[in-house]
Amino acid sequence: MSTATYTLPTAARPSSVRIFLTEIRYEVIRSLRTRAFSLSAIGFPVMFYCLFGLMMNRNEDISAGVSVAKYLLGGYAVFGSLGAAIFGIGVGVALDRSAGWLELKQASPMPPLAYILSKCAMAVVFSLIIVSILTVLGITLGHVHLTASEFAHIALFAAIGAIPFSCLGLAMAFLVPPASAGGIANMIYLPMSFLSGLWIPIRFLPHFLQTIAPIFPTYHLAQLMYGSLGAPMLGSTSSHWTGLLGFTLIMVGVTWLAIRRSEQNS
Amino acid sequence: MSAVIDTTGPAASQIPAKHQPHETVASLHSITKRYANGVTALDGLSLNLRRGEIVALLGPNGAGKSTAVKLMMGLSSPTSGDVRIFNADPRETTTRLRTGVMLQIGRAPEMLRVREHITIFRGYYPNPMPYADIVKAAGLEGIEDRFFGELSGGQKQRVLFGIALAGDPDLIFLDEPTVGLDIEARRGMWSQIRSLAARGKTVLLTTHYLEEADALAHRIIVINKGKVVCEGTPAEVKSMGASGKLTADGSSSTAAQQGIKIIRCITTLTAQHLLAMPGVTSSETSGSLTLITSTQPEATLREMLALDESLNSLEVQSPLLEDAFLALTSDRS
Repeated sequence: MSTATYTLPTAARPSSVRIFLTEIRYEVIRSLRTRAFSLSAIGFPVMFYCLFGLMMNRNEDISAGVSVAKYLLGGYAVFGSLGAAIFGIGVGVALDRSAGWLELKQASPMPPLAYILSKCAMAVVFSLIIVSILTVLGITLGHVHLTASEFAHIALFAAIGAIPFSCLGLAMAFLVPPASAGGIANMIYLPMSFLSGLWIPIRFLPHFLQTIAPIFPTYHLAQLMYGSLGAPMLGSTSSHWTGLLGFTLIMVGVTWLAIRRSEQNS
Repeated sequence: MSAVIDTTGPAASQIPAKHQPHETVASLHSITKRYANGVTALDGLSLNLRRGEIVALLGPNGAGKSTAVKLMMGLSSPTSGDVRIFNADPRETTTRLRTGVMLQIGRAPEMLRVREHITIFRGYYPNPMPYADIVKAAGLEGIEDRFFGELSGGQKQRVLFGIALAGDPDLIFLDEPTVGLDIEARRGMWSQIRSLAARGKTVLLTTHYLEEADALAHRIIVINKGKVVCEGTPAEVKSMGASGKLTADGSSSTAAQQGIKIIRCITTLTAQHLLAMPGVTSSETSGSLTLITSTQPEATLREMLALDESLNSLEVQSPLLEDAFLALTSDRS
């Protein structure tokens, strides 16, 4: 009987690393090619920064040596990072799910983590592109003085910040009905950005809103950005890292529960 | 053809003899699947897929087809019962490495080229099918550099077929593979599916095109309300439907009804008279035309022609799978 079957050489399984890299590479290429996404994900923070950071800038300083243009560079970098993650992942994965594409991927031998990591990597790449464009605009048009170390810091923070935002996107994708994912993404994106002081320094917001800001990961990331740009930072560095880590863990937990729930219903 | 002939033959004769013995490749064993909302999708369902076989899984919407297929693809787990693919858990990566899946997809990443889609999926397998072979088998020549989003419905379907073939799998699930294909492309895919089976691959097909199941499948499994209603070669299933007196699990009683035919003609003979003839199981008149179902069509015809000299417009046909399908899945219980 068994002569009819042949056993596969078991050692020859493709390495996960190679699958991960391929998946990441094509996810980044795909997102950049999808203009409706890439132009708006990059265009929104750039446009907002040009309007509020550069054109309406009357060379005022937020604090000693930190101009409005420099300060808002940090805020809009966070804003861009959040947008890429929430629309790229929150909406993108929700659509993959509703279209059955995610099931096809799950039924394949692809490690599920490869899919998730490719999405996070895409958000990281977009964050880096956005922070770079904002920096170039700030330096050339906004008279922003930025040291190499300051740029390295905000770029690093933008990249790291994409991870909790990606986890938020994933949680959204598995919780929200796919048809309304776009609307809900906007309902998270814009209020969260405003309430975290990405557009207007948080001290100009009503006191009540200032007290709830620490529940948002955007607040913590923005404070780290401001600190590294030489502006005064509210709270301690460690509290912000703790805030980001805590938010990430909560979102991973929520995603895990949502996936389990949808598996039980399938 | 005489009804006295021993009937061990017909089932086996449709499956190429070279694939025997039929080792089981996939099996569902008394599966019950109850969803969280209380709906019972599968109710004690058992089925087997054997090596080198094309099996069509048919059933009305909501019969449990897609639930059964999802279980075999390891996308869902049963409430009770056992799912074995290559004698292992369908969720194991080693199992997935030997299966290929074509699902009905609403939207695949649109800004990836056909070539890139195939490359990504080939990368998951240790011994993928050579790229050129996939292009040829799925008919992707000339569209390899197009973006998925630019393709027509039929072309998209062919790319998804190519993705299913990427790992050169031993077991292939095809969900409505020829939706949106023109006749030529459909015939092309049929011949590809046949050649897969000829190479010893097992194909599970779900389709709404009954003529597709009839043309392709070695074996048809009809399910309804989460249970197997009947199972057999297309000819057997058609007879079971036409015989109209099927027991719920009476697949074995049908071998004697292999010769079943539908006779259409204009005749002056009355229904009473016709029903008394040898082999006639039913007779109905629509307009001037009379429809007679007979298990011994030769004997029935001989008698009819002898008794009615004015008989005309005679047609004899095999029962249609469509009729059998409707008869088998209608609410009898």
